[in-house]
Amino acid sequence: MRNKITSVIAALGTAAIMSATANAGTLDDVKKRGALRCVVSTGIAGFAYPDKSGVWKGFDVDFCRATAAAVLGDAKKIKAVTSTGKTRFTKLNSGEGDVLWRNTTITFSRDVGVKLRFHGVNYYDGQGFMVNKKLGVKSAKELGGASVCIQTGTTTELNLADYFHEHGMKYEAVAIETNDEARQNYMSGRCDVYTTDASGLAATRSTFPDAQNHVILPEIISKEPLGPATRHGDDQWSDIVTWVYYATVTAEELGVTSANVDKMKSSKNPEILRMLGVEGNQGEELGLSKDWAYQIIKQVGNYGEIFERNIGKSTPIGLARGLNALWTKGGLQYSPPFR
Amino acid sequence: MAEVTRTYKVGQHPDLPPPRSEVGVIGWVKYNLLSTPFNVIMTLLALWFLWSIIPPLFEWAVLDSVWTAESRKACWAKMEVPEGAACWAFIKDRIGLYIYGFYPAELRWRVNLSFVLLVLAIVSVLYENMPGRKFGLWYAVAFPFITGWLLVGGLGLTHVETDQFGGIMLTFIIGITGISFSLPIGILLALGRRSTLPVIRILCVLIIEFIRGVPLIALLFIASTMLNYFLPPGTAFDLLLRVLIMVTLFQSAYIAEVIRGGLQGIPNGQYEAADSLGLTYAKSHLLIILPQALKISIPGIVNTFIGLFKDTTLVLIIGMLDPLGVGRASLADAVWAGLAREVYIFVAIFFFICCFGMSRYSLWLEKRLSTEN
Repeated sequence: MRNKITSVIAALGTAAIMSATANAGTLDDVKKRGALRCVVSTGIAGFAYPDKSGVWKGFDVDFCRATAAAVLGDAKKIKAVTSTGKTRFTKLNSGEGDVLWRNTTITFSRDVGVKLRFHGVNYYDGQGFMVNKKLGVKSAKELGGASVCIQTGTTTELNLADYFHEHGMKYEAVAIETNDEARQNYMSGRCDVYTTDASGLAATRSTFPDAQNHVILPEIISKEPLGPATRHGDDQWSDIVTWVYYATVTAEELGVTSANVDKMKSSKNPEILRMLGVEGNQGEELGLSKDWAYQIIKQVGNYGEIFERNIGKSTPIGLARGLNALWTKGGLQYSPPFR
Repeated sequence: MAEVTRTYKVGQHPDLPPPRSEVGVIGWVKYNLLSTPFNVIMTLLALWFLWSIIPPLFEWAVLDSVWTAESRKACWAKMEVPEGAACWAFIKDRIGLYIYGFYPAELRWRVNLSFVLLVLAIVSVLYENMPGRKFGLWYAVAFPFITGWLLVGGLGLTHVETDQFGGIMLTFIIGITGISFSLPIGILLALGRRSTLPVIRILCVLIIEFIRGVPLIALLFIASTMLNYFLPPGTAFDLLLRVLIMVTLFQSAYIAEVIRGGLQGIPNGQYEAADSLGLTYAKSHLLIILPQALKISIPGIVNTFIGLFKDTTLVLIIGMLDPLGVGRASLADAVWAGLAREVYIFVAIFFFICCFGMSRYSLWLEKRLSTEN
């Protein structure tokens, strides 16, 4: 009997390991299926949300579309695998999604412990504070004794405790669950301060009737590098996701946009020609078509276009590029050369 | 008119109607609202409370509300004070998403047809006086399979992946599958638990106790994540199917216990009477025991069903978008974000209508089946 049980458990274990390792060949799976399955959020303002006809939009979704454009030649061929913060990694690791573009902070434990492969930072975020202007607070260091709306069970909660402890200040935590709840509490004056990632603060502030009366304080108290992830064990697929992101950054750096990409095919710059597949065979080395990067830029756009369309100054969210400007403009977005 | 006075012999006077002040609206108010000083105070307090709540709410939700606008800003621009009234334009803008989820727009007629078929099935199950009810019942049995084919496609219809299901449609799929499959399974489990055959009894007890001992959300997590690790790659089957199986199992265990309560409420004499008539186990249960047991279990069964219907919102946690999920996802659209109240009130009204309907029907059914005078 015991032998039987042991062998059953062993079989299950083997199956589990098999499913974790037998993921090589994601590229072939995606091509065969004719659709790219991206693990996205169930709704984060500016990053992923459905429009009224159920089409997914947003910063993360656009990167997913860029990946589909590169792999399948059609940015529309995506499937949004909606996931909450709790299920996102299992959805990826169990093979329900091909790639994770989901507002995910890169950390040591996720990279090593959850066995993910991260591919660059497509958005540099950080935890900030928002207060009403009438409080007259100019810096986070003046927040001693304030009541703070904070999402429970997140890294922001720990960051907040660390920051206040470090500066010898006290605060009263108002525990909230969702962003809507935070909004209600903050607007009704239940808490003086709302803290979460700066992009989230800007998105929340944009929904206030009196947005101009609220200010996001200059201090950013944590590093939240957000980036795409894939499973361990499929290096070719990892390379593709990495270079999809780099292609959007390089395109912006070289001034290639969705409007001028056709003209750029006859550019004199050899790097542009290599990237767009006019010269060389970088696409084939990746296992893709020659014009993979051309398709990304033509159908989705370069990094700057994706940023401005979804979360930039002209959108209701109205984020400045800040850290996410190109390295040539004082930001951190930097791509290795296409050589 | 001259007053007519008549004299009656002792004991012959006809019964007079009770005085005006004791019956009708006045009497009702007098007895129910103003019978003691304490009740007078409570009535006044309640009136004041209603007065301070209802007119502003009515104004917010109906009188001042905005029904057509392109965005939150446009909505608020139409109000005297931004955020001062309900912006139902948001719900109207998204109503397709709330009802059909991500179902392809050109195939939505299939969902509409399913809703019509659902109404027909419900009517033929619930109303005994319908002509041709026998066919109606067979139809109701076939209904889940017909609709399943209609929604998923195949066999001539375009295939639609179940991850595109969402909204009210998803709630109904999970709720109705859970309800219609858990009742027969629950009855079998309940009978099995009372069986004299030890193997069947122990098996049923194990199933019931295991499933009842685990929260639904844990079962959903098992369905959505654990199963994938155990099944070999490529064989993992549809997430919605996994969820449906888990919800049905969960519900069956609860129904089984409710029905076991009903079975225990039947006096032993009924069992003995059935035996003395020489009825077999199946016949005695079908003809004598179960009709009575089910009748007294109705409140419990409906209670469980209502609970299940509301629990369907838990699928939000594993990333499926039911009406609540659609609402929350829509709130992430920067054009509309910030209108959380409208979303939650809309979803609450939807669930209230469904659950209140179920509870009214069960009351009606209890009255109809009542054999007491």
